[in-house]
Amino acid sequence: MINYIIRRILYAIPILIGVNLLTFALFFVVNTPDNMARIHLGVKHVTPEAIAKWKHERGYDKPLMWNGAAQGAKQASDTIFFEKSIGMFAFDFGRSDEGRDIAHDIKTRMWPSLAIALPVFVVGLAINITFAMLMAFFRATYIDFSGVVLCVAMMSISGLFYIIGGQYLVSKLLHLTPISGFDTGSSALKFLILPVLIGVIGGIGSGARWYRTIFLEETSRDYVRTARAKGLSELSVLFGHVLKNAMIPILTGAVVVIPLLFMGSLISESFFGIPGLGSYTIDAINAQDFAIVRAMVFLGSVLYIVGLILTDISYTLVDPRIRLE
Amino acid sequence: MLFKPVLLWTDMLLWLLLVSVAFYIWRVRQREHLLQPWRRLLRSRSGVASALVLLAFVAVGVFDSLHFRLPLEKQGNGAETHYSPEVLSVFDLMVGPLRKQVEKTYSAPFAAHLYTKETIELPGGKQVRDYPRLKYGGAHLRDPVREQTGDVVVTALRGGVYALALGAGLTLVLALWLARRRGISIGAAWVMIRHGRDEIPWRTLLATIGLLILFCCLATVFSVKYHIFGTDKVGQDVFYLALKSIRTGLMIGTLTTLVMLPFALLLGIMAGYFRGWVDDVIQYTYTTLSSIPGVLLIAAAVLILQVYMDNNQELFDTVAARADLRLLFLCVILGITSWTGLCRLLRGETLKVREMEFIQAATAFGVGHFRIIARHVLPNVMHIVLISIVLDFSALVLAEAVLSYVGVGVDPSMQSWGNMINGARLEMAREPMVWWSLLAAFVFMFVLVLSANLFSDRVRDAFDPRVR
Repeated sequence: MINYIIRRILYAIPILIGVNLLTFALFFVVNTPDNMARIHLGVKHVTPEAIAKWKHERGYDKPLMWNGAAQGAKQASDTIFFEKSIGMFAFDFGRSDEGRDIAHDIKTRMWPSLAIALPVFVVGLAINITFAMLMAFFRATYIDFSGVVLCVAMMSISGLFYIIGGQYLVSKLLHLTPISGFDTGSSALKFLILPVLIGVIGGIGSGARWYRTIFLEETSRDYVRTARAKGLSELSVLFGHVLKNAMIPILTGAVVVIPLLFMGSLISESFFGIPGLGSYTIDAINAQDFAIVRAMVFLGSVLYIVGLILTDISYTLVDPRIRLE
Repeated sequence: MLFKPVLLWTDMLLWLLLVSVAFYIWRVRQREHLLQPWRRLLRSRSGVASALVLLAFVAVGVFDSLHFRLPLEKQGNGAETHYSPEVLSVFDLMVGPLRKQVEKTYSAPFAAHLYTKETIELPGGKQVRDYPRLKYGGAHLRDPVREQTGDVVVTALRGGVYALALGAGLTLVLALWLARRRGISIGAAWVMIRHGRDEIPWRTLLATIGLLILFCCLATVFSVKYHIFGTDKVGQDVFYLALKSIRTGLMIGTLTTLVMLPFALLLGIMAGYFRGWVDDVIQYTYTTLSSIPGVLLIAAAVLILQVYMDNNQELFDTVAARADLRLLFLCVILGITSWTGLCRLLRGETLKVREMEFIQAATAFGVGHFRIIARHVLPNVMHIVLISIVLDFSALVLAEAVLSYVGVGVDPSMQSWGNMINGARLEMAREPMVWWSLLAAFVFMFVLVLSANLFSDRVRDAFDPRVR
C-alpha cells in the first residue's frame, strides 16, 4: 500500500513537469514578455524604456530557457523558465504581475472558497443520492419517469440561469439574503446560504440522474436477486446491499473533486462577490495577469492528481477485493 | 457583381461537416446492420420529436452560415465596386425586417412605446416628458392603448390559420405518401397515423412539426409589427439576436467535435492497438492534458489569442473575420481540452477488440496494421464515438455561455447566448428591470439543450450494445 502510494506520487512528477512545460510554452513562447508588457502598460505608455523597465521589475528580461551569457549552472538557472517554473514545485508562486504575493493571496482566499464549495459538495451528494435512491426504489413507475424527466429538464438549464434566477427571486423579490458580498466569521453565514443553495440545486439534475443509473445497474446484478429471493424487503436490499456496492462508482466521481474544492467556482464566486480563489482567477483573467493564471493552472493540476491518488486509496477502504500493488 | 461571397473559416468547416454527415448517411443506407440502430431511434417518440427540433435549429444555423457582402453605391462611372464592410448571411435576408427595425433603446416585448421617458416636442412647441412611440414596434396602431389587444388577437389568429393550413396540407401529403408506400388506401393511412398503429410514431412527428410551424407562423406575422422579445440597449430586436446566437451555439457544439475527433480516434486506437511505448506516450499526453483544469487552459489560450490579434490587426479585413477566427480558435482549444475523455474510452475498447478472434485471424493472414485498424477496429468502436459526440454536444453549448460570461468565450461583437446573458447582468440592476433578453436567451438555450439531451439519451439507448 505505502509502496503503491509512493510510486503513484513518483508518477505524478513527470505529469506535473509536462503541465509546467505546457503552460510555460503557452504563456512565454507564444506570447512574448514584450507583448505582456504592452498590454499592461496600455497603448499610451508604450515606449521601449517603459517595456524594459516593466520586464526588469518582474524578472521577464532574462532569456527564456537558456542563458548563454551566464557561467556554469547559471546558464540553466538564470532564466525565466527556471525562476518562474521550478519554484512552483515548492509551491513558491512568486509575485503577480501587479506585484502581489500570490501564495499569500491563495492562502487567504481559499477559505471563502472552501466555505461555499464544501457545503455544496456534502449537501449536494446527500440530496443527489437520496433522490437517486427514491427513483431506483420506485423504478419503472410514474414517480421514476417524472423524476427522470425533471432531471433532464434541470440539467438543460445553464448554471448562469440558476444563479441569476436565485438572486432575483430570493434576494431581490423576497429580500431573504443579501444579493452579494462576504464577511468574516459567523456573519458570513447569511452571505453563504444563497450560493450554497443554488450550487446544490444546480447540480441535482445531472447528479441524481447519474447516481440513478449506477443504482439501476447495480440492482440488475445476481446478488440483488439472491437478496430478494431470501425475502429481504426492498428497502433493506437498496440500502444494505445496493448502496454499499455502488460506492465504487460514487467514490470515483466524488473523491477526485474533493481537493479541487479549494479552487472554488469561477462563476458563482464572481456573481456573489465572494473573495475566493474562483473570483481571484476570473479577476486575473480579466486583468490579463498571467502569473496568477499560471499559478492557478499549476495548483489545479496538483490537486487533480492528488484527487486521483485519493480515489485509488478510497477504493481499498470500501472494497476489500481491491488491493493496490 | 451583385454580391461578394465571404467564406469564413467556420463556414468552411461546417460545410465539410455536412458533407461528411451526408457521406455517413449514404453509407448507412447501404448497410442493414448500420441502419438498425437508427430504425430503433426512429421508433421512439422523444427521439423523433427532439431530432426534429434539433433539425430546425440546424437549418437556422446553416442558412446563417452562407455569408456575403453587398456592394456599396458606385462612385462615378467605371469606378471599382467597393463592398460594404458588413458581412450578411442568407438568414439575415430571410428575416429582413427583424434586422433592420432598430429602435433607439430598450423597449418591452410587444410594446408600442420606448421603455424610458424622453422629452418630446409637441406640435404646438410645448415639451413634455413621456414615453415616445417606437419607430417600428406597433407603429401601425393609431391608439396603442385601445387597439393593441385586439390587434394582437387578430394577428395571432391569422398566424394560427396559416399554421393550420400548412399543417393540414402536410398531413395530407404524409397520408398520401404512406398510402402509396404501403399500398393501402388514404383512409387506412390516415387511421394508421391517427391511432399510432405504425412502428414510426407519425403522430408525435406531426405534432412536433405542427408546433414548429405554428411557432414560425406566429413569429412571422408578429415580428413584422412588433418586437416579440423587445429590444436591447442599442435598440436591436432581441428575437433577432437570439436567432443569430443559434449559429454560435451550434458551431461550438459541432466544430469542437470535428476538431477533437481525429485526435481522439487516432491516438485512442493507436494506444490500444499497438500498446507498449506508444501506449505509454499517449497515456502520458492525455493524463497531462486532462489534469489541467479545462476552464483555466481555455482562458489562458484565449487571452493569448487576444494578444496575437491585437498585435496583428492588419490580418482581418472585416469585424466578422476577426470574430470568426476567435470562434474557430475557441472550438480548437475546446477540442484540445476535451479529446482526452473519448481517447481514454477508445483505448479501453480497442484493447478489448484487438483480442477478438477475427482480428487475430486477420493478423495470422498477414493483413497490415493499417488495414486491420481501418477495416476491423474502427467500425467496432464507432458506436462509442457516436454516443460520446451527441452526449458532449449539450455540454459544449452550455460551456459557450459560461465562457462568454467569463470573458474568454466568443468575440463580444458576435451574437451568442453567453454575450446576451452577460449583457443582461447589467440590465438586471436597472429599475424597473429589463428581463426580456435574459428570457429570450433562456428559452432558446433551454429548448436546444433539452432536445439535444433527449436526443442523446435515445442515441445511447439505440447504439449502446449493453442496453439491448
